[in-house]
Amino acid sequence: MTLAGQLAAHLIVLPVVLPLAVGALLLPLDERRHTLKAAASLACATAVAAAAAALAARAGDPVTHVYPLGDWPAPFGIVLVADRLSAAMVLLAALLGLAALAFSLARWERAGPHFHSLVQFLLAGLNGAFLTGDLFNLFVFFELLLAASYGLAVHGSGAPRVRASLHYIAINLAASLLFLVGVTLLYGIAGSLNMADLALRLPKIAAADRALAEIGAAMLGVAFLVKAGMWPLGFWLPATYAAAAAPAAALFSILSKVGVYAVVRVWLVVFGGGPGAEFLAWGGMATIAFGVLGVLAAQELGRLAAASLIVSSGTLLAAVGLGGPLVTAAALYYLVASTLGIAALFLLVELVGRSRAPGADILAVTADAFGLAGEDEDEPEEEVGVVIPATMALLGLAFAGAALLVAGMPPLAGFLAKFAILAALLAPDPAPGWPVWTLAALLVVSGLAAVIGFGRAGVRVFWAAENPTVPRVRLIEMLPVGALLAACVVLTVAAAPAMRYAEQAARALHAPAGYIDEVLRP
Amino acid sequence: MELVVALGIAVLAGSGVWLVLRPRTFQVAIGLSLLSYAVNLFIFVMGWVREGRVPIVDEAAAGVVPDPARFADPLPQALVLTAIVIAFATTALFLVVLLAARGLTGTDHVDGREPEE
Repeated sequence: MTLAGQLAAHLIVLPVVLPLAVGALLLPLDERRHTLKAAASLACATAVAAAAAALAARAGDPVTHVYPLGDWPAPFGIVLVADRLSAAMVLLAALLGLAALAFSLARWERAGPHFHSLVQFLLAGLNGAFLTGDLFNLFVFFELLLAASYGLAVHGSGAPRVRASLHYIAINLAASLLFLVGVTLLYGIAGSLNMADLALRLPKIAAADRALAEIGAAMLGVAFLVKAGMWPLGFWLPATYAAAAAPAAALFSILSKVGVYAVVRVWLVVFGGGPGAEFLAWGGMATIAFGVLGVLAAQELGRLAAASLIVSSGTLLAAVGLGGPLVTAAALYYLVASTLGIAALFLLVELVGRSRAPGADILAVTADAFGLAGEDEDEPEEEVGVVIPATMALLGLAFAGAALLVAGMPPLAGFLAKFAILAALLAPDPAPGWPVWTLAALLVVSGLAAVIGFGRAGVRVFWAAENPTVPRVRLIEMLPVGALLAACVVLTVAAAPAMRYAEQAARALHAPAGYIDEVLRP
Repeated sequence: MELVVALGIAVLAGSGVWLVLRPRTFQVAIGLSLLSYAVNLFIFVMGWVREGRVPIVDEAAAGVVPDPARFADPLPQALVLTAIVIAFATTALFLVVLLAARGLTGTDHVDGREPEE
């Protein structure tokens, strides 16, 4: 085999092994050598992004590549499986990692120890979770990414971060224990941990054991949905994400999507997508409603971004629960668009926040609500014609772009995604029932709420700021925000190929027989 | 035997849940540890409780086809080792954050402030 062939055959382990190795090698390096650390870290994330792009580019049907770790055959050994969905998720994680790393170069990488190692471990855990074909291995990668995220959540220290992280860690440790109980229950009943093998074995189990297997599946689901932030399991999410440092929060925006990914993968492949669909749909809709309330009530930009993340999680869960392959395809497109938009938003929140005195947001919105702003209205009208500084103009433009994406307003990808979900949901055949109409109404309402929330926040921050001071923003901090938004513009312009890709991925997910055959082929 | 193991798991899990719901951070840490012990035992039991069985298949070397029913399932034992290591590491992480929270907020209440009387 040629060298290129060898490389291609082992390409799938690169997104897991490379960040793990780089993260470990960076640990003993002194914190003062942050230029070297940053260079290694950025190079690694770029390599992972390239590997993911290569995996996505040569995606085959139904799976691209099955890689037996240690060359043990499938049901006994652990396999990594790359298909369209996992390649796209790895690429998305790598892009967010690159953006967060570039953003951190300005100052966050020096705000605490081992920032680059933690980001690399998080990337390794994320990629492993996206690529693995084994339930227990999924647990191990979940723990890896969670352990790294605990470190990132407290990065930069400070009482609010540590307080929020304490809750975050306690809840996720408990959820991990549920995950373990669920996995081992399934193993005890069906005798396998390989997802494809489980899918074949579960229909054949004795009727007496069926209830136990269903309990195991439900516990797995709860563990995933805690990560996805589904109501009522997601109350920890806004506080933690709003308190986290900007690059960490941007990376966390894909963390909740790991929960959604795990639900989609395990539910569709192992359980055939049948039982629990209503639960997923109604839970997702409750999550949207909760997120909408959060968007409307948010008094800080960080909370606003976190509430939008909950809305996006809920939209995904409800869409996957209600629809067939076409809805899932639209939901996958929405997943990419909303994750990019929310990550850009988390980065912007920090940049914009620099121009404002602490507590200014709270005062502004509260004054709005209680009509206290009226006292200031007889100010002299000298402010007409004040020049907006270029930095503020750029920030405002980026904020508007991210807000359009998250709210799902034209012309960006967020609109196309929501439109595609609605179009697929309301397709006349079969006639949409009232749960579908409820979801459609909720989607429209959530867009409206996002417009109100973001409009109010944007007006307060950019147009009506009291004592505005221009924030000191460095180019390296604006670039990642611009790049994330540019990625969304590309996603908008190339909507047709992107949707086709998502549709093929969704069709493969909804017909798992091909996946199972490929994985178990000797 | 099954009853003893089941009762052990139940007592550990019950105490763990009660402690996790307590307001002091140290109680939560101990509760999470107890819960993880319960889960570890549970994983172990998922290979079914059998007395006097070995997980090592020694007959294959002698050319005899081994009968799986005579051996304990080794996989849950491997899983439980992994789970123990991971629970140990994450509990250590939790303790670090617990101490940091105690230092930064000046209280060991999980909300970082004492409830108002």
